Amino acid sequence: MKKHLKVEAIEQGTVIDHIAPGQGIKILKFFELSKGRQRITIGLNLPTYAGEHKDLIKIENTVFDQNQANQLALFAPKATINVIENFEVVKKFKVAIPEQIAGVLICPNSNCISHNEPVDSRFNIKQESGVVKLKCHYCEKSFISEVFKELH
Amino acid sequence: MSNPLYNKNIISITDLSRAELELIVSTANELKQHPRPDLLKNKVIASCFFEASTRTRLSFETAVQRLGGSVIGFPDSGNTSLGKKGETLADSVQVISSYSDAFFMRHNQEGAARLASEFSSVPVINGGDGSNQHPTQTLLDLFSIYETQGTLDKLQVAFVGDLKYGRTVHSLTQALSLFDCEFHFVAPPALSMPEYIIDELKEKGCTFTQYDSLDGVLSKLDILYMTRVQKERFDETEYQHMKSSFILTAQMFEGVKDNLKVLHPLPRVDEITTDVDSTPYAYYFQQAKNGVYARQALLALVLTNEFGDK
Repeated sequence: MKKHLKVEAIEQGTVIDHIAPGQGIKILKFFELSKGRQRITIGLNLPTYAGEHKDLIKIENTVFDQNQANQLALFAPKATINVIENFEVVKKFKVAIPEQIAGVLICPNSNCISHNEPVDSRFNIKQESGVVKLKCHYCEKSFISEVFKELH
Repeated sequence: MSNPLYNKNIISITDLSRAELELIVSTANELKQHPRPDLLKNKVIASCFFEASTRTRLSFETAVQRLGGSVIGFPDSGNTSLGKKGETLADSVQVISSYSDAFFMRHNQEGAARLASEFSSVPVINGGDGSNQHPTQTLLDLFSIYETQGTLDKLQVAFVGDLKYGRTVHSLTQALSLFDCEFHFVAPPALSMPEYIIDELKEKGCTFTQYDSLDGVLSKLDILYMTRVQKERFDETEYQHMKSSFILTAQMFEGVKDNLKVLHPLPRVDEITTDVDSTPYAYYFQQAKNGVYARQALLALVLTNEFGDK
């Protein structure tokens, strides 16, 4: 019997696939996707052909650029981005964890000097045994990506 | 002549290579043996203690004066108009660096020295930024180890006490990991070495063992680095019970190596009893004095090209 994904296809936009279960909601919040006017479909704990589970997000009329894709990699290092036009996948790429990220996240260390000075936050990123760790350029503390709740 | 530290900022011990650490230690040794009272003649060094730290400040200021430089600055930002007028650290630094040839600073926020270095027109030396880094403490520790052992390589080093919160312990472990030393970590389970330091040691292939008391450790050691177990982290009964495992007394030196030296970043409270002071193993007061030579070495290297490769 042929299996079908229980998520409606989109005509134009981006499908973020292969998100680890539980990360879909975080990504939605992190990129503030639900604040825009575009239609978003989110699938949580969808079964995969390999018998595992994944989350998936479809955003209509929005194309993720490389910078956004790299930020996405912090939360979903195994995600795949599909660019859709006329219901067809016209481009497919894997996200890549950047070596550095600047000006996007707020350092979770409340005593870090970056909070109250005229500088962008900066983090060096390392992946260790599948865990993405971000080390603050200023306070030198390391954090896992899950602890970042706020954006600049 | 040139040295790799000329005109550089000294922010974090992890920014320094093994060769740079060796250069600082050898320069400290040279300045201790052969004082250079005119080396920084006509240089003005700013001493900016946004947070008070009397011993570190006096040590830095002594280092400047022993090299013939002049000091400007403040011992505590509470006594200045800096904080009160709401100026950012970035702006303060730009102004202060325009008055001076270098400056060292202490600040209560982590990352302050790194940020200052990005806005300063002259070299910045970190004198401690919150719970983050205190590189000059580590440099004086390294100098003391070199001075007492004649080497920094392949030593048996124990760290005792509060290894969880002690930044001096973390930085010295990171620095000594470049010298193939073997580590012995002695701490109550609640104050054991943080996971990130353990991970770094594993990554570098360093050998280390963790203990929950000093029993059986002392006889192996070249360096015993004591730190204070803060009483307030435990309830009274727990603390009394724990004391015997982490307090060093003169009776405990039986069977130790002749070259053993006891170091401590000071201030001590009761983790080293005063009868240790008169044993040949105590070195913590000389270690504190070495802070002046280590800081002289840094200033000499950062501000002149008279040391290093010739």
